[in-house]
Amino acid sequence: MDDAFLSVRDLHVRFRTEDGTVHAVDGLSFDVPRGRTLGIVGESGSGKSATGLAVLGLHDPRTTTVTGSVRLGGQEITGAPEPVLEKLRGNTVAMVFQDSLTALSPYHTVGHQIAEPFRKHTGASRREARQRAVDMLGKVGIPHPALRVDDYPHQFSGGMRQRAMIAMALVCDPQLLIADEPTTALDVTVQAQILDLLKDLQQQTGTAIVLITHDLGVVARTADDVLVMYAGRAAERGTVRDVLRTPRHPYTWGLLGSMPRLWTPVDQPLTPVPGAPPSLLTPPPGCPFHPRCAHTERVGGDRCRTERPELPPGRGAACHLGEERTR
Amino acid sequence: MLRFLARRLLGALVITVLISAITFFLFFALPAEPALMSCGKNCTPDAVALINKNLGLDQPVPVQYWHYMAGIVAGRDFTVGHCPAPCFGYSFSNQQPVWGTIVDRFPTTLSIALGGAAVFLVVGTGLGLLAAAFRGTWIDKLFSSLSLVGNALQIYFVGVVALAVLVSGLHWMDNPAYHPITEDPVKWFTGMLIPWLVLSIIFIANYSRMTRSLMIEQLAEDHVRTARAKGMGRRTVFFRYAFRGALAPVVTLFGIDLGSLFGGAIITEFTFSLHGLGRLAVSSVSETDLPTLMGVMLVGCTAIVVANIVVDATYALIDPRVRLA
Repeated sequence: MDDAFLSVRDLHVRFRTEDGTVHAVDGLSFDVPRGRTLGIVGESGSGKSATGLAVLGLHDPRTTTVTGSVRLGGQEITGAPEPVLEKLRGNTVAMVFQDSLTALSPYHTVGHQIAEPFRKHTGASRREARQRAVDMLGKVGIPHPALRVDDYPHQFSGGMRQRAMIAMALVCDPQLLIADEPTTALDVTVQAQILDLLKDLQQQTGTAIVLITHDLGVVARTADDVLVMYAGRAAERGTVRDVLRTPRHPYTWGLLGSMPRLWTPVDQPLTPVPGAPPSLLTPPPGCPFHPRCAHTERVGGDRCRTERPELPPGRGAACHLGEERTR
Repeated sequence: MLRFLARRLLGALVITVLISAITFFLFFALPAEPALMSCGKNCTPDAVALINKNLGLDQPVPVQYWHYMAGIVAGRDFTVGHCPAPCFGYSFSNQQPVWGTIVDRFPTTLSIALGGAAVFLVVGTGLGLLAAAFRGTWIDKLFSSLSLVGNALQIYFVGVVALAVLVSGLHWMDNPAYHPITEDPVKWFTGMLIPWLVLSIIFIANYSRMTRSLMIEQLAEDHVRTARAKGMGRRTVFFRYAFRGALAPVVTLFGIDLGSLFGGAIITEFTFSLHGLGRLAVSSVSETDLPTLMGVMLVGCTAIVVANIVVDATYALIDPRVRLA
């Protein structure tokens, strides 16, 4: 894909901890073209947030090693010096975090926090940046933005704070937005508003979006493509329509089976994915999902336990099950 | 902010009045005969009665308290003459107005305390910032070891060593002495330098360790990561975001330490034979000079209460969430 704005190849993220090295992201590759939204789905600890941080080069080099390639519009991120990254962050690529209460500084006004990256990246004057902050607050749907620009985050509601954070991320018209669980801390109606807002803004600006979430519902509503992550690796990839309609990986089957549906009876119990995610200190050999997989017998032999399934390029799943991939 | 300050000032007034009442009743109600203390050796019952009358000690204690407090606000007339406001009465030992003595001594203690606080706040947080910025390197380890040593030191020990080395040994400085800042700022500064360093040394250890751990905590905060994600430079993130968050607890600790700061200032006075409030308080205790002791207590309490308001106002400036509370 030549028109991919974000291109990740064989990304590895390893954290050094007291107990050993955690291999949080293990050979991940994906592309995000301009104007499209990639949803990265997975459980806690599947490496989806670590992937997002790696794209901005935000990992602490003292505890974390990042290898592989992350290219932003052709420019290599991994191993790039800090001043280069600082010019990209907030400018070419921006990030929206999950908890807007802790992710915004309590000591600075909302307006200041929005204006600050604008001044830094565009060299705008204080007054221009402030006007830009007001405009951005209005754009993300904050009523009376000129009055609210000098408020502190604690004077905003949760939904408004998240809007303000989106305004902050988009203030320099970034070409890539990474949204890490942007709606998880919000209630459902506000969640829908925020997702619609992201979509609207994307249509206006053509920004590429990486939407990190554990919620397939959010992906279904917002994303174009989806990448299912398990134990730091890509389990399945495809368009949202394909993956949700005809999932090919047993883990995706499990995820979809564990979601409540409007058309199933209320008293029908949900089917959780059995077992727990593996420890990334000592990941299982072969397919990382095999200890929880109900289909290893169908593959036959020891293949699932010994041989790592590869994810084919494009639409596909990293699974040894052959063509008869049915539930 | 104004309402915040008004409320705090009102509260401070109430606290000061309460403290004054408690100390007054303790000092004047408990000992049998304050007049005896003022009377001296060759005391006759007539003399005692005269003193009681002159000082108003023949009246009920609440009335005496009222006169005392009114005297502070508006001045007071004794049979021996008028005592202008703020009147804390006359010393039993030298018959001078207490207020005059306090005005004479207070600047010394205030200079020691404020200067020492400035030194340990700047040096302590500065070292903590350095240690946090160079976490895990030899700088960090050196500071951590030094702060353990610093924590174990005491003013009277460091003071004597400082005098022996800096003054007697190397002749780098003169003996510490108080010169009013209004007369000669340079002399004031050089005269106070050793007391400041000595007083601050025990605090520096605590403040540097606290700042270091607060900074490490703050640097791992979500909002600091957000600032980095916006492309803010290292220095901006370190000072404008992380340090701002670490500052509030440091200020809180400083508020708690105000009492020990004044205590430390008093020990420092003694170590360097400076004539401040502490010395005055101790001599008035040994001479049972109740009016002076009472005056020193009240002025000291008021100073701490006022300092607390300043600390709280600073806190509100640092953390906007406090203003609403």
